[in-house]
Amino acid sequence: MKTVTLDITKDHCPMTFVKTKLQLSKMEPGDILEILLTTGEPLDNVPRSVVEHGFQVLEVTPVKDNIHKVVVKR
Amino acid sequence: MAEKNKLSIICMSGDFDKAIAVFTLASGAAAVNYEVNLFFTFWGLNMIKKKGGRDFIGKGLLARIFNFLLGGRNKLPLSRLNFAGASPVLMTGLMKNRNVATLPELFQASIALGTNFYACEMAMVVLGLTQDDLIPEVKKVLGVASFLEMSKGGQTLFI
Repeated sequence: MKTVTLDITKDHCPMTFVKTKLQLSKMEPGDILEILLTTGEPLDNVPRSVVEHGFQVLEVTPVKDNIHKVVVKR
Repeated sequence: MAEKNKLSIICMSGDFDKAIAVFTLASGAAAVNYEVNLFFTFWGLNMIKKKGGRDFIGKGLLARIFNFLLGGRNKLPLSRLNFAGASPVLMTGLMKNRNVATLPELFQASIALGTNFYACEMAMVVLGLTQDDLIPEVKKVLGVASFLEMSKGGQTLFI
Protein backbone atom coordinates (compact mmCIF):
# COMPACT_ATOMS: atom_id res chain seq x y z
CA MET A 1 0.00 0.00 0.00
CA LYS A 2 1.44 3.36 -0.96
CA THR A 3 0.48 6.99 -0.39
CA VAL A 4 0.64 9.55 -3.19
CA THR A 5 0.07 13.30 -2.95
CA LEU A 6 -1.58 15.20 -5.79
CA ASP A 7 -1.55 18.99 -5.77
CA ILE A 8 -4.33 20.46 -7.92
CA THR A 9 -4.48 23.82 -6.19
CA LYS A 10 -3.35 25.62 -9.36
CA ASP A 11 -5.66 23.71 -11.71
CA HIS A 12 -9.11 24.59 -12.93
CA CYS A 13 -12.13 22.68 -14.21
CA PRO A 14 -12.02 20.10 -15.77
CA MET A 15 -8.34 19.30 -15.06
CA THR A 16 -9.03 19.04 -11.31
CA PHE A 17 -11.20 15.96 -11.91
CA VAL A 18 -9.14 14.75 -14.84
CA LYS A 19 -5.83 14.70 -12.93
CA THR A 20 -7.52 13.04 -9.94
CA LYS A 21 -9.07 10.34 -12.12
CA LEU A 22 -5.84 9.71 -14.06
CA GLN A 23 -3.81 9.47 -10.83
CA LEU A 24 -6.29 7.05 -9.24
CA SER A 25 -6.29 4.89 -12.35
CA LYS A 26 -2.51 4.46 -11.99
CA MET A 27 -2.85 3.27 -8.37
CA GLU A 28 -3.66 -0.13 -6.83
CA PRO A 29 -6.72 -0.92 -4.68
CA GLY A 30 -5.99 0.04 -1.08
CA ASP A 31 -3.53 2.81 -2.02
CA ILE A 32 -4.07 6.25 -0.51
CA LEU A 33 -4.27 9.47 -2.50
CA GLU A 34 -3.91 12.80 -0.70
CA ILE A 35 -5.33 15.58 -2.84
CA LEU A 36 -4.57 19.22 -2.13
CA LEU A 37 -7.27 21.44 -3.60
CA THR A 38 -8.84 24.85 -3.24
CA THR A 39 -12.27 25.64 -1.83
CA GLY A 40 -15.19 26.28 -4.17
CA GLU A 41 -15.71 24.13 -7.24
CA PRO A 42 -12.82 21.68 -6.63
CA LEU A 43 -13.71 21.08 -2.97
CA ASP A 44 -17.41 20.77 -3.81
CA ASN A 45 -16.98 18.36 -6.67
CA VAL A 46 -13.70 16.43 -6.60
CA PRO A 47 -14.66 14.36 -3.50
CA ARG A 48 -18.08 13.73 -5.07
CA SER A 49 -16.51 12.53 -8.34
CA VAL A 50 -14.23 10.18 -6.39
CA VAL A 51 -17.21 8.65 -4.60
CA GLU A 52 -18.97 8.33 -7.96
CA HIS A 53 -16.13 6.04 -9.05
CA GLY A 54 -16.70 3.87 -5.99
CA PHE A 55 -13.63 5.05 -4.05
CA GLN A 56 -13.71 6.09 -0.41
CA VAL A 57 -13.15 9.60 0.93
CA LEU A 58 -11.47 9.08 4.31
CA GLU A 59 -10.88 12.65 5.35
CA VAL A 60 -11.40 16.26 4.33
CA THR A 61 -9.34 18.75 6.34
CA PRO A 62 -8.46 22.42 5.94
CA VAL A 63 -4.70 22.86 5.51
CA LYS A 64 -4.41 26.62 5.23
CA ASP A 65 -6.33 29.56 3.80
CA ASN A 66 -8.44 28.39 0.92
CA ILE A 67 -6.70 24.97 0.66
CA HIS A 68 -8.03 21.61 1.81
CA LYS A 69 -6.60 18.11 1.91
CA VAL A 70 -8.86 15.29 0.74
CA VAL A 71 -7.68 11.77 1.58
CA VAL A 72 -9.00 9.05 -0.72
CA LYS A 73 -8.65 5.30 -0.52
CA ARG A 74 -8.38 3.68 -3.94
CA MET B 1 -24.57 -2.24 -10.79
CA ALA B 2 -26.46 0.88 -11.88
CA GLU B 3 -26.06 1.92 -15.48
CA LYS B 4 -23.46 4.63 -16.10
CA ASN B 5 -24.54 8.20 -16.82
CA LYS B 6 -24.03 9.06 -20.44
CA LEU B 7 -23.17 12.22 -22.38
CA SER B 8 -23.27 12.30 -26.18
CA ILE B 9 -22.12 15.33 -28.13
CA ILE B 10 -22.72 16.04 -31.79
CA CYS B 11 -19.61 18.00 -32.77
CA MET B 12 -20.50 19.91 -35.93
CA SER B 13 -18.49 23.10 -35.52
CA GLY B 14 -14.83 23.25 -36.47
CA ASP B 15 -14.23 26.39 -34.41
CA PHE B 16 -11.39 26.51 -31.89
CA ASP B 17 -13.58 27.83 -29.05
CA LYS B 18 -16.28 25.25 -29.67
CA ALA B 19 -13.66 22.49 -29.78
CA ILE B 20 -12.57 23.66 -26.32
CA ALA B 21 -16.19 23.36 -25.17
CA VAL B 22 -16.44 19.83 -26.63
CA PHE B 23 -13.25 18.53 -25.03
CA THR B 24 -13.82 20.32 -21.70
CA LEU B 25 -17.21 18.66 -21.39
CA ALA B 26 -15.90 15.32 -22.68
CA SER B 27 -12.89 15.10 -20.37
CA GLY B 28 -14.82 16.49 -17.38
CA ALA B 29 -17.71 14.09 -17.86
CA ALA B 30 -15.39 11.10 -18.41
CA ALA B 31 -13.49 12.07 -15.25
CA VAL B 32 -16.71 11.93 -13.20
CA ASN B 33 -17.46 8.48 -14.60
CA TYR B 34 -19.79 9.27 -17.48
CA GLU B 35 -19.76 7.28 -20.67
CA VAL B 36 -18.89 9.92 -23.28
CA ASN B 37 -19.67 9.61 -26.98
CA LEU B 38 -18.47 12.23 -29.45
CA PHE B 39 -20.01 12.21 -32.91
CA PHE B 40 -18.05 14.35 -35.36
CA THR B 41 -19.78 15.66 -38.44
CA PHE B 42 -18.98 18.26 -41.14
CA TRP B 43 -16.48 20.88 -39.85
CA GLY B 44 -16.21 18.92 -36.62
CA LEU B 45 -14.32 16.26 -38.56
CA ASN B 46 -11.36 18.69 -38.69
CA MET B 47 -10.82 17.99 -34.99
CA ILE B 48 -10.16 14.32 -35.57
CA LYS B 49 -8.12 14.34 -38.78
CA LYS B 50 -4.90 12.40 -38.45
CA LYS B 51 -2.97 15.38 -39.81
CA GLY B 52 -3.21 18.35 -37.45
CA GLY B 53 -2.08 20.88 -40.04
CA ARG B 54 -3.16 21.58 -43.63
CA ASP B 55 -2.97 18.76 -46.13
CA PHE B 56 -4.55 17.79 -49.44
CA ILE B 57 -6.42 14.74 -48.19
CA GLY B 58 -9.62 13.17 -49.46
CA LYS B 59 -10.99 11.84 -52.70
CA GLY B 60 -11.48 14.22 -55.63
CA LEU B 61 -9.93 17.59 -56.46
CA LEU B 62 -12.60 19.74 -54.83
CA ALA B 63 -12.58 17.67 -51.63
CA ARG B 64 -8.79 17.89 -51.49
CA ILE B 65 -8.84 21.67 -51.82
CA PHE B 66 -11.60 21.89 -49.21
CA ASN B 67 -9.66 19.73 -46.77
CA PHE B 68 -6.50 21.75 -47.33
CA LEU B 69 -8.31 25.02 -46.62
CA LEU B 70 -10.14 23.60 -43.61
CA GLY B 71 -6.99 22.12 -42.07
CA GLY B 72 -6.84 19.94 -38.99
CA ARG B 73 -6.91 20.27 -35.23
CA ASN B 74 -3.98 22.72 -35.11
CA LYS B 75 -5.60 25.08 -37.58
CA LEU B 76 -9.04 25.58 -36.04
CA PRO B 77 -10.15 29.24 -36.25
CA LEU B 78 -11.72 31.19 -33.41
CA SER B 79 -15.44 31.69 -34.13
CA ARG B 80 -15.04 35.46 -33.66
CA LEU B 81 -12.02 37.76 -34.04
CA ASN B 82 -9.85 35.06 -35.59
CA PHE B 83 -7.42 37.55 -37.18
CA ALA B 84 -6.11 35.07 -39.76
CA GLY B 85 -5.31 32.45 -37.15
CA ALA B 86 -3.44 34.72 -34.73
CA SER B 87 -6.15 34.64 -32.06
CA PRO B 88 -6.12 30.88 -31.34
CA VAL B 89 -2.36 31.15 -30.71
CA LEU B 90 -2.84 34.14 -28.41
CA MET B 91 -5.74 32.42 -26.67
CA THR B 92 -3.64 29.28 -26.06
CA GLY B 93 -0.90 31.47 -24.55
CA LEU B 94 -3.44 33.16 -22.32
CA MET B 95 -4.83 29.81 -21.18
CA LYS B 96 -1.34 28.53 -20.34
CA ASN B 97 -0.55 31.69 -18.37
CA ARG B 98 -3.73 31.31 -16.37
CA ASN B 99 -3.24 27.58 -15.71
CA VAL B 100 -6.29 26.61 -17.71
CA ALA B 101 -6.00 23.44 -19.80
CA THR B 102 -5.27 24.10 -23.48
CA LEU B 103 -7.04 22.40 -26.38
CA PRO B 104 -4.29 19.77 -26.92
CA GLU B 105 -4.32 18.97 -23.19
CA LEU B 106 -8.11 18.61 -23.12
CA PHE B 107 -8.00 16.50 -26.28
CA GLN B 108 -5.36 14.15 -24.83
CA ALA B 109 -7.20 13.95 -21.50
CA SER B 110 -10.41 12.96 -23.29
CA ILE B 111 -8.54 10.16 -25.05
CA ALA B 112 -6.79 9.04 -21.85
CA LEU B 113 -10.12 8.82 -20.03
CA GLY B 114 -11.68 6.56 -22.65
CA THR B 115 -13.98 8.94 -24.51
CA ASN B 116 -15.57 7.25 -27.53
CA PHE B 117 -14.96 8.93 -30.89
CA TYR B 118 -17.30 8.38 -33.84
CA ALA B 119 -17.37 9.95 -37.30
CA CYS B 120 -20.39 10.79 -39.44
CA GLU B 121 -20.58 8.63 -42.54
CA MET B 122 -22.46 11.15 -44.71
CA ALA B 123 -20.13 14.09 -43.96
CA MET B 124 -17.13 11.88 -44.69
CA VAL B 125 -18.54 11.02 -48.10
CA VAL B 126 -19.09 14.72 -48.87
CA LEU B 127 -15.56 15.64 -47.83
CA GLY B 128 -14.10 12.56 -49.56
CA LEU B 129 -12.57 11.24 -46.33
CA THR B 130 -12.05 7.65 -45.20
CA GLN B 131 -11.50 6.35 -41.67
CA ASP B 132 -7.83 6.11 -42.57
CA ASP B 133 -7.67 9.94 -42.74
CA LEU B 134 -8.84 10.13 -39.11
CA ILE B 135 -7.07 9.50 -35.79
CA PRO B 136 -6.95 5.80 -34.78
CA GLU B 137 -9.11 6.54 -31.70
CA VAL B 138 -12.16 6.84 -34.00
CA LYS B 139 -14.02 3.64 -33.17
CA LYS B 140 -16.47 3.59 -36.00
CA VAL B 141 -18.07 5.54 -38.84
CA LEU B 142 -21.77 5.91 -38.07
CA GLY B 143 -25.08 7.24 -39.38
CA VAL B 144 -27.98 8.93 -37.60
CA ALA B 145 -29.76 5.72 -36.58
CA SER B 146 -26.66 4.31 -34.86
CA PHE B 147 -26.00 7.62 -33.11
CA LEU B 148 -29.57 7.81 -31.80
CA GLU B 149 -29.35 4.26 -30.52
CA MET B 150 -26.01 4.96 -28.87
CA SER B 151 -27.15 8.19 -27.19
CA LYS B 152 -30.48 6.82 -25.99
CA GLY B 153 -31.10 7.28 -22.27
CA GLY B 154 -28.39 9.90 -21.77
CA GLN B 155 -27.87 13.61 -22.36
CA THR B 156 -27.18 14.86 -25.86
CA LEU B 157 -25.62 18.18 -26.84
CA PHE B 158 -25.09 19.82 -30.22
CA ILE B 159 -21.98 21.97 -30.50
